[in-house]
Amino acid sequence: MESRNALARLADVAGNAVPLAERLRAAARRATEELKTRFLGRDFEQRAAILKERYLDLGGDPFGFEVDTARHAAMVIAFFHRMYFRTEVFGIGNVPAGRVLLVANHSGQVPIDAAIVGSSMFFDSNPPRVVRAMVDRWTATLPFVSAFFNRIGQVVGVPENARRLLEMGEVLLAFPEGIRGVSKPFERRYQLEPFGLGFMRLAIETDTPIVPVAVIGAEEQYVSLGNIKWAARLLDIPVFPLVPQMFVPGAQMPLPTKYRVHFGEPMRFSGGADDDDTVVAEKVWLVRQTISDMLRRGLAGRRSVFL
Amino acid sequence: MTLVGDAADDRAIVITGICGRLGRRLTRVLHRQARVIGLDRRAFPDRPRDIEHHEIDLRSKRAKDIFRGGGVRALVHLGVMHNPRDSAEEHHSWNVVAFQHLLEYAERYKVPKVVLLSSANVYGPRPDNPQFLNEEAPLLGAGPFSDIRDLVGLDMCAQSYLWRYAHTEAVILRPSHILGTVKNAPSNYLRLKVVPTLLGFDPMMQVVHQDDVVWALRAALAPGVRGIFNIGGPPPVSLSRALQMLGRSAVSVPHSVARVAVDRLFRWRVTDFPAPELDFIRYVCMVDDARARSVLGYRPKHALLETLRAVDEERWL
Repeated sequence: MESRNALARLADVAGNAVPLAERLRAAARRATEELKTRFLGRDFEQRAAILKERYLDLGGDPFGFEVDTARHAAMVIAFFHRMYFRTEVFGIGNVPAGRVLLVANHSGQVPIDAAIVGSSMFFDSNPPRVVRAMVDRWTATLPFVSAFFNRIGQVVGVPENARRLLEMGEVLLAFPEGIRGVSKPFERRYQLEPFGLGFMRLAIETDTPIVPVAVIGAEEQYVSLGNIKWAARLLDIPVFPLVPQMFVPGAQMPLPTKYRVHFGEPMRFSGGADDDDTVVAEKVWLVRQTISDMLRRGLAGRRSVFL
Repeated sequence: MTLVGDAADDRAIVITGICGRLGRRLTRVLHRQARVIGLDRRAFPDRPRDIEHHEIDLRSKRAKDIFRGGGVRALVHLGVMHNPRDSAEEHHSWNVVAFQHLLEYAERYKVPKVVLLSSANVYGPRPDNPQFLNEEAPLLGAGPFSDIRDLVGLDMCAQSYLWRYAHTEAVILRPSHILGTVKNAPSNYLRLKVVPTLLGFDPMMQVVHQDDVVWALRAALAPGVRGIFNIGGPPPVSLSRALQMLGRSAVSVPHSVARVAVDRLFRWRVTDFPAPELDFIRYVCMVDDARARSVLGYRPKHALLETLRAVDEERWL
C-alpha cells in the first residue's frame, strides 16, 4: 500500500515535471534565439548567403576563403562587435561598390581593430562584404593560424596578392603604420606613426579608391606603458608591450572600451605608380592627414572612453 | 586544337622518357600526325607500330646519331629523373649533363623546336610566396630542399638555351602537380588510403590532369611558340577539401613530429617521400597560367573532381 502510494506520488510528480521541462526547454530555445538575433541581427543568415553566392559566382576563392568558417568566426566576433565593444559605425555608405582599399589607423597592442573593421563591413554594410587584410608573412609558418587566416579570407602580405584581390573586386584593408602603430605606448595614443608608401602605389597602379578609416576606442583597450625590448628579443617577436593588466589574474581580456569606426569619403589618386618617393609621399600625407582629422573630430565628439 | 605543324613534314619528333606514363599518352596523341622517335633507357614493348624506339641511355653517343642528318623537327624532353633514392651524382649527370648534350645536338643539327617539361616545383613552396607565381618568379625550390637543385639546374639550362639561340623555339612548361596514372609524388600521395597531413596547415593546392599537360605539350609544338609557360589547372582547392572530395581519411600530424618520422621512414625505405617535401603540404606553391591561356590558348578540360579522381585509375600503393 505504502509503495503504491509512493509510486503514484512519483507518477504525479513526473506528470507535472514533463510539461515543466518542455516549457523550460522552449524558454531556453527562445532565449538563445533572442540572443542570437540580438548579436547577429535578423538577417545574419541572409548576409552569409549573399557572400556565399558571391564566391560561388567567382568560382571559389583562390586564397581559400570559406564562407562557412567565416560565418562561425562572425558569430564569435559579433559578441565583441555588438556587446563587448558596442561598436558604433559612421559613414559606412561611403565605401563604394567594387574594389576598394580601406586605410585605417592601427592600434591596441592586439590587432582587434582589424577584426572590428571586418565585422563592420559584414554586419553594417549593405550588401555585406568580406574585408581582406594582408597578414604578416611569418603567420604563414604558424600551424592553425595559417589555416584559419586562409579560411577567413586573410592573405599573406605580398604585393601580387593585393593586386589580385583588387582585381577580383574585393575590399582590402591596409594599416600603413604597420607594427609601429599597433604597439605604440599609451602616451602616444591617436598619434599616427609615419605611413608606408606601398598602399598608395598599389592604389594608383590598380586605380582603386581609398577610403580612410578612423578607429576610435582601440587605443585604450590595452594600456601599454612601454616596450620591453629584451623580452621581445628573447621571444623573437617584434614588440613586447608592458601591459599592467596582463599581470592581474583574470584581466587578460581587453578593457571594454566603446569602439567607434568612422569611414571617410573615398579618395582617388592619379599619377604614376613608380613615381619618386617624394611625389607619392605627398599623396600619402593627404590620406594620413585625413585620418588624423577624422580621429581628432571623433575624439572631440566622444563622451567617454567606455560609453 | 593547334596543329603540330605541317602534316607533310616527315621530320621526326624525338621524345625522351617516352616510356613514362606521360610519354605514352603524348605518343598516342602525336604518332598519327607526325613521325615519332622514342628515346628511353626502358623498353617500350606495347608501342604503336609506327614508332621508332631507341632503348639507349641519353648520355650515350648513340643518342647523337638520332639527331645527325637533320631529320628531327622537335625535341620533347620528358626524361627528367626525380628519384630521391638515387645519388646526387647520378641525378646531376642524368638531368643536367644528359640534357645539356641533347641541347648541344639540337643546336648543332638545327632542331627548330625544343620543349622541356619542367615543373612548378622549381619555384618551391614558401611561406612568403604570392598565391600565384608568374613565370618571372625566382626559382627558389632548391632552398629548403637541395635534392631538387638539379631540376632547377635543368630549367636554367633550358632558359639559357632559350635566350642564347633566338632562331630555335625553346619552350619550357612548368605545370603544377600533375595528377593521373602518372607515378609522381603528388599522385602517389593522393593514392594513399590514409593520407597524412600537417596539423594546423591547410594550404591551397593546384592540380592539373595529365591529359591537360599532354594538350599543353602538343600546343607547345605549334610553330611560332617559344618561351616559358606555367600550366595551372582547374581552380585551386585547399588540401583538406581535396581529400574530402576524394573520400580519403586524413591523419594530422604536427610538423615537427612528421619531419622526424618521415625522415626515419625514408631511411628505413618504408616511404619514398623525403622529409623536406613536406613543405608541399605546408606552404603554397601555385602558378599563374595567364600566359599559357593567352598564347597557347590553354584551357584545362578536366574539372577539379575529375582531375582528383584520375589518380584512382591506377593504384600503385
